[in-house]
Amino acid sequence: MTTKLQTIAAGALAIALAACSTTGTAEAESASASQATTDTPFPSTYEPYPGAPTALVGATIYDGVGGRIDNGTVFFSGGKIVSIGGPDTPVPADIAVFDGTGKFVTPGIIDIHSHLGDYPTPSVDAHSDGNEATSPTTPEVWAEHSVWPQDPGFARALANGGVTSLQVLPGSANLMGGRSATLKNVPSRTVQGMKFPGAPYGFKMACGENPKRVYGNRGRMPSTRMGNFAVNRQTWLDAKAYDGKKRDLAKETLKGVLDGEILVHNHCYRADEMALVMDMAKEMGYKVSAFHHAVEAYKIGDLLRENDVCSAIWADWYGFKMEAYDGILENAAYLQREDACVVIHSDDANGIQRLNQEAAKAQAAGARVGIDISDAQVIRWITLNPAKAMGIDAMTGSLEPGKMADVVLWNGDPLSVYSRPEKVWVDGALLFDAMDRKRRPVSDFELGQPGEGDVK
Amino acid sequence: MKRALTFTASLAALASALPLAAQDVTITGVTVATGDGSEPVENGAVVLQGGKVVYAGSAANMPTAPQSAIIDGEGRWVTPGLFATVTNLGLWDVGAVSESNDIRAGGSPFSAALDVAPVINPASQHILIHRAAGITRAAVVGSASGSIFAGQGAIIDLGSDANAVTKPRAFQVVELGEGGARLSGGSRTSAQALFRNALLEAGEFERSGTIRSTGSAGTSRQGDDIGIDSRMARTSRDRASDVLLTRFDAAALVPVARGEQPLYVMVERAADIRSALALKKEFPRLDMVLVGASEGWLVASDIAASGIPVIADGLDDLPQGFDQLASTQSNIGRMVKAGVKVAINASAMENPRNLNQYAGNLVALTRMPGADGLSWGQAFAAITSVPAEISGMGGKAGVLALGANGDLVIWDGDPLEVGSSVVRVYIDGIEQPLENHQSRLRDRYRELDESTLPEAYDW
Repeated sequence: MTTKLQTIAAGALAIALAACSTTGTAEAESASASQATTDTPFPSTYEPYPGAPTALVGATIYDGVGGRIDNGTVFFSGGKIVSIGGPDTPVPADIAVFDGTGKFVTPGIIDIHSHLGDYPTPSVDAHSDGNEATSPTTPEVWAEHSVWPQDPGFARALANGGVTSLQVLPGSANLMGGRSATLKNVPSRTVQGMKFPGAPYGFKMACGENPKRVYGNRGRMPSTRMGNFAVNRQTWLDAKAYDGKKRDLAKETLKGVLDGEILVHNHCYRADEMALVMDMAKEMGYKVSAFHHAVEAYKIGDLLRENDVCSAIWADWYGFKMEAYDGILENAAYLQREDACVVIHSDDANGIQRLNQEAAKAQAAGARVGIDISDAQVIRWITLNPAKAMGIDAMTGSLEPGKMADVVLWNGDPLSVYSRPEKVWVDGALLFDAMDRKRRPVSDFELGQPGEGDVK
Repeated sequence: MKRALTFTASLAALASALPLAAQDVTITGVTVATGDGSEPVENGAVVLQGGKVVYAGSAANMPTAPQSAIIDGEGRWVTPGLFATVTNLGLWDVGAVSESNDIRAGGSPFSAALDVAPVINPASQHILIHRAAGITRAAVVGSASGSIFAGQGAIIDLGSDANAVTKPRAFQVVELGEGGARLSGGSRTSAQALFRNALLEAGEFERSGTIRSTGSAGTSRQGDDIGIDSRMARTSRDRASDVLLTRFDAAALVPVARGEQPLYVMVERAADIRSALALKKEFPRLDMVLVGASEGWLVASDIAASGIPVIADGLDDLPQGFDQLASTQSNIGRMVKAGVKVAINASAMENPRNLNQYAGNLVALTRMPGADGLSWGQAFAAITSVPAEISGMGGKAGVLALGANGDLVIWDGDPLEVGSSVVRVYIDGIEQPLENHQSRLRDRYRELDESTLPEAYDW
C-alpha cells in the first residue's frame, strides 16, 4: 500500500485500488478485519453467552440476503447457523424447538448509525460524549472511549427493535469525527465486552452544514463548503506523507482508511456534495463505504451504484435543516430502482427501536409510485446491507450456515406496525424473550428507579 | 412563445384541479372508522352534504343515496381526518434556518402574550405535506423559550386556502417541571413561584376590569366563540411596581385565570404531575391539560380523578431526563385503563405525520405480555376525536358523526399500518390537493434519464 503515494495522480489506478479495498471476497474482508482488530490496544473480550441448540420451525423466514421461505426452519447450534430451509430441513431430536406458526424470522437487525453509549440517556450534559468539537479534524478520537455500556438504550433496541449489532459513531460536528465502534448489542460491564470480534473500524466524516457552522461560528476554518473540502484534502495529503516513525494517533487512523482497513462512513445530505466527496475519495485513494443521512441520494442513485457506495437513510425525516429540505419518502425505493445499496438507519435512540417499521414505510412509498420491492429485499435493508457497509457481512447479517446465530423471532410480519420481537438471540444465546420477564436486560442505571424491569 | 402558452395552460389546469366548494359525496364499499373509539366497520358508507357529515356507518343502514358524486371505495378505508396536537405546523420552513423559523422567541420581551394566529403560514410546505398524510386539523403553538409561558396556541385546518386559523388564542402553554425550571432561572421552585405570581398578576388585571370577554361584557364561554382577545387591554393604568409580567403578558393570562382558555401544562415526572394537579385545587377555575406526562402511569388514578385530559408522548420509553425515569410505551395504555382521557402528542415524534404509526404501535402492545396498549378503536381515537375534544372541537372534528365537519381521509388500507397510504383528503367537504414540494421532487426523479434535457426541464 505504500505504492499508493505514487498513484495519486493516476486516477484510474486509484479508483481500482479504492474499489479493491472493500469490495473483495469475503475472505479478503475477514483478513482485513482481523488485522484491524489485532492491532487495537482495546481488543474485544466479547464471548457469546451460553445458548442451547435451537430450531425455529413453521415460520416465515426472511434470510437477509433477499430470500423468503414459507413454513421454514432455522436451526442453530454452537452460536452459529447450522441450517435453513423448508419444513423438511432436518432438526436433531432433543433440542429446543419453537413453533413459529404465524410468526416470522429474520436475521438480527443491524443499525449502521447509532449514538447509543456516546450520547446515552439520561441525555444530560455530563453524558454528551459524541462530538470532540474542538477541532474540525479529530481522526485521533475513538467512539469506543465514549461508550457507556450502561446506556438503557441498548436494551430497548434489543427488546423492541431486535437489534443485535450496531455501529456507534462519533457525531457530525467535525469533518473527521473519529473512529466508530461496532458492537454486539449485549449487556456488558465494559465496552470491550461488547465489541464485535473481527469487525473493522469505521471512520466518521461529515459534509456540509455542521462542520462549517460549528467552526465558522468560531471564526476559524472551515466556514464554507469549499473550506470543508480544503481542510479535508490537506489532511489527507498530510496523512499520505506520514512515515509512521513517530506515532501519531490521527494519522494512524487516516492511514488505516487509505490502506482500506478502516471503512469511511460519511454524513452527507446533498447529492451534489456526495458526488464531490466520491471524487475526493478517488483523488486521495480511499473509498466511502456509506453516505449517512443521504436524504438526496435518490438524485444520484446511478452514481452511487457505479461507485459501490451504500446510502444509509431515514424513511421520512426531512426539513430540519437546509440540506435536509429535499428529503422525500421515495428515497429508498428510487435507490433500489437504480440497484444501489440501501440501508435504513436510525441516528436515534427511539428510531433504533423501529427500524423494521421505517423500512416498511420506505417500501410503501415505492409501491405508491409503482416500484414494488419484495418484503425479503426490504429486510435486507436493515440486515445484510448494513452488515456489508460495516464490513461484517461475512459474519452476520443473514441466516446462512456458518454465520453468527443473530436471530429475531417476530410475533408477526416484521413489516407490520402490529408486530414486535418475541425472542432475540445473539450468537445463539437467548437474550430477550417477551414471554419471560427475567429474560430482559436492565442496566445498572435503572436499578432501584421507578419502572425498573418494566416492559418499556 | 410556445413555452409561455404552455405555462398558461398548465396554470389553468392547476386552477381547474383546485376544488372551489364543498361537494356532496357518497362513499360506499369501504371500511369506516369513525374515530369515536369504536372498532372499524366493514362494508361501510360515508355521506357528506353541504360540507358536513350526514352519515357514517354500515352501508346497510345508509339513508337513500342523495344527489351526489358516488365513490366506490373498492375496499379502502375512510376515516375522519387526523387531528394533530401539539404541533408547530405553519410556524417554520426549515428548522435550522432561524430566519424561517418562528417557533421560539427567546429574545422577545413577551411570553404569554405571544400569539401564533397572525403568523401561521397556510402555504407552509409542512402544512401541505401533512395534509397529504391525512392530517386535516392541528393545534399550533410555539415553544417556551424566554419564559415558562410559550404563548397562545391556535387551532388550524390544513385546507388549501388562505384561512388556516379556525380558532385563534385557543390555549396557553406553560412549562413546569424540568423545562420550566431551566426557563425560570434554574429551579422548579422558581417555576412554581413565577406561575403563581403570573396568575395573581392576571387576577389583578382582571379585577381592574379592563379585560372584556368577546361578545357580552360579562361571562363568556369557550364554546363556539372566538377565543378572548386579551389585546383589548389598552389601558396604561399604573400597576404595582414589583410586577414581573409585562402588561401584555398579564392581560394574556386573564382568560387562563378565568378558566376561559385552556392551559396546557408541560410536565413529565410523577411528582411534577402531582404538583400540577395541586395547582388545579389552588386555582379551581383553571381549565388544565397535561402535556408530556411520561410518568403519568404512576399517578394515573389521580389524573383520572381530576378529570384533566392528557396529551401524552406516545412511545417514550427511555429515561431521557431525570424527570422521565419511569417512561414506558405502556404509559398511555395504563392511563387510559385508569380512565384518563389521552391524546397522542404529535410533538413527541419526528413529524406529526407519524401519528398513525405511533397509534399502531400502541395496538401492537396489546399482544405483549406485561405491556398495556390500546384497542384499535381507542388508538385511533387518540389521534382523532380525543385531541379534537381537548381542542374544543368535540363532535365537529376528528369524528365521522352526524353534523361533524366534512373532514375525511380515504386510505388504501388500515390507516394505522405503516404500509398504508392516503388516497384522498377532504376538509369541510372540499377535496384537497395533495401536491407539495416532496411530491414534485418525487415526480421529477421518477427516472434519471438526461439524454434529451437536464432534469431541470422535467416539471
